[in-house]
Amino acid sequence: MDLTWSEREEAFRAECRTWLEANVPHGLPSGDTREGFTLHLEWERTLHAAGYAAVSWPKAYGGRDASLWEWLIFEEEYYRAGGPQRVTQNGIFLLAPTIFEFGTDAQRDYYLPRMSAAEDLWCQGWSEPNAGSDLAGITSRAVRDEAAGGWRLSGQKTWTTRGAFCTHLFGLFRSDGDAERHRGLTYFLVPLDAEGVTVRGFGRLDGDEGFAEVFLDDVFVPDGDADPARGGVLGGVDQGWGVAMATTTSERGLTLRSPGRFRATASRLVELYRARGGDDPLLADEVVRAWIGAEAYDLYTLGDVTQITSGGSPGARSSLNKLFWSELDIALHRAALNILGPDAEIDDDPFMKGYQFALSGPIYAGTNEIQRNIVAERVLGLPRK
Amino acid sequence: MRFAFSDDQLAFADAVRELLTNECPPEVVRAAWDSPDGRNRRLWTQLAEMGVVGMLAPESIGGLGLSDIDLVRILAEAGFAGLAEPLADVAAVVVPALRDHGAAGLSDELLARVVAGEATVGLGLRSDGSTLHAESADALLLEAEDGLHLVATTDVELSPLNTVDGARRLSRVVWSPSEETLLAGGPSAAVEARDRAAVAAAAELCGLADRMLAIAVEYVTERKQFGVPIGSFQAVKHHLANATLALEFAKPLVWRAAYSRTMGDPDASLHASMAKAQASDAAEVVGVAALQCHGAIGYTVECDLHVFLKRAWALQRRAGDAAAHRRRVAAAVLHAN
Repeated sequence: MDLTWSEREEAFRAECRTWLEANVPHGLPSGDTREGFTLHLEWERTLHAAGYAAVSWPKAYGGRDASLWEWLIFEEEYYRAGGPQRVTQNGIFLLAPTIFEFGTDAQRDYYLPRMSAAEDLWCQGWSEPNAGSDLAGITSRAVRDEAAGGWRLSGQKTWTTRGAFCTHLFGLFRSDGDAERHRGLTYFLVPLDAEGVTVRGFGRLDGDEGFAEVFLDDVFVPDGDADPARGGVLGGVDQGWGVAMATTTSERGLTLRSPGRFRATASRLVELYRARGGDDPLLADEVVRAWIGAEAYDLYTLGDVTQITSGGSPGARSSLNKLFWSELDIALHRAALNILGPDAEIDDDPFMKGYQFALSGPIYAGTNEIQRNIVAERVLGLPRK
Repeated sequence: MRFAFSDDQLAFADAVRELLTNECPPEVVRAAWDSPDGRNRRLWTQLAEMGVVGMLAPESIGGLGLSDIDLVRILAEAGFAGLAEPLADVAAVVVPALRDHGAAGLSDELLARVVAGEATVGLGLRSDGSTLHAESADALLLEAEDGLHLVATTDVELSPLNTVDGARRLSRVVWSPSEETLLAGGPSAAVEARDRAAVAAAAELCGLADRMLAIAVEYVTERKQFGVPIGSFQAVKHHLANATLALEFAKPLVWRAAYSRTMGDPDASLHASMAKAQASDAAEVVGVAALQCHGAIGYTVECDLHVFLKRAWALQRRAGDAAAHRRRVAAAVLHAN
């Protein structure tokens, strides 16, 4: 056991801290609005120009070959410096790991540099009006067009975060209507300016146009990596479920929710308590519970990364991770609202905004009910039926 | 950076688990309820021979010269087995106190006897107000306002207490501190003893919670209602998922507290409090879930669950309960500067 950072890692931290303190923009509007999204893109391009858009990626794709440990350090410094939400995250943290694992060289070479440079902006097309937690119930279909050498996609995707502002969609479509539910699905990459795509943004709980419905009507996508600019197939035809599960593991686990983010929120919560808590012991207890939770999440992650860097995989334990951070995020923000008291309803307070966002945590990326089933069945080994 | 136990540490823990699986099954823990003094000297000797009692003592007097990181996994194993011997008090608190404050003539020789398993020393923290296995102890390490005292058991008056966990023989200790009994004056030795006791209890609680969860998983997998195992019902699954969640996010805090103690981290006390707060709460969550998932059979003394449940109730409040430790965290985190 060694909970210290190497000299090299400390140097990396110092470099990140210096750059972030000098460059992080403050007071950006929400990136989940059209106006805010444009401003966030400028920030994403600044990050990319300095090599910080995706630190753990190879340099050739716009990263800096950082280790997983260095990625954690970067994230800690990013949120410590008050860095804003990453509007590119669904591409960089969800799609990219899948492209690294399942993509062809042509797909990696085409998509990844454009993704880290925030030229292509990706949203995800998993859920449909009648397929949420039951993801394998999707009905959007891909019909073979042999003559044109590709597929024709039709159907409706929904809850697509920032879909109205993005340029590309990745998602699952049913390519074999006769196959059993989890089979016969294919993972497609689709440019949203393709003919037959209609996107309609709509308001989330917090009022931002952060959601979108995506309608596809006979949208042509070429085979495999034949013409990446027009989209394609990621992984094999009818192999989409396995490919998508690799992505959802990223979503539930490490890659989306670095501990630095919660540590930073916990620090701001402590500052808020000192400024406004009035030495109320019940509020103090609530703050301390959440603060200990952020510490626990940090340490748990260090254990996971130790395991991953030793060649292991967290597997179904990533569901524990998702349960913990999503409930921790709510606890942190709720404690802040309780300190603010009646002022919590004043709309421009970042903790109120953060609370509304936190409430989505137990719902997206697989509801916490589904995660609890996974923990019971795959961590504890309880019978499925 | 590496947050994991070494292969050697895990191998030692496995060896201790094997010993306790064989020598300390639930029927042995139950037997301690009915024995005259609650002790099992055969088992204590085996633990001493294995080096567990004197893990933190120097090799020169028969110890293993190991660290708190090595010890913490072993204490979790003691919890898992429901071991009723005073291992946590002796190995985690008494041994390092005698090791570090050996100037008093009595303590050097005593330490060697403790490490050999020939003597035990009971622990009396002011926050606990009672001492485990004091009647069978040769001496007592007692906290007073001015520091830690080492007192011969013959020089104190003991009033035995009835306990909900019949294997835990507790006594009130009436005694008078004096210059002769003072082992380590000043606050730091007492604070360290309290922190060590808190982390040791936290480690035992993790082991107890692991055990209660394992018992519940086994039961809900076997027990059928409506023609299927009750563990296939979501309501039952979610109870045990919640238990797992609480436990798995307490353990890292406990392991980290042992690491910080070993490294002399200035935040070692803060880390001890976070560990004890989280482990106490986790054991409560796991215990309640395990009992509920058993239904009526869990609410009997025939089912082994109660042995572990009652131990957990005791340790949750020993060496400071969750609320006390969160107050301590609040003092350090919210009111610093």
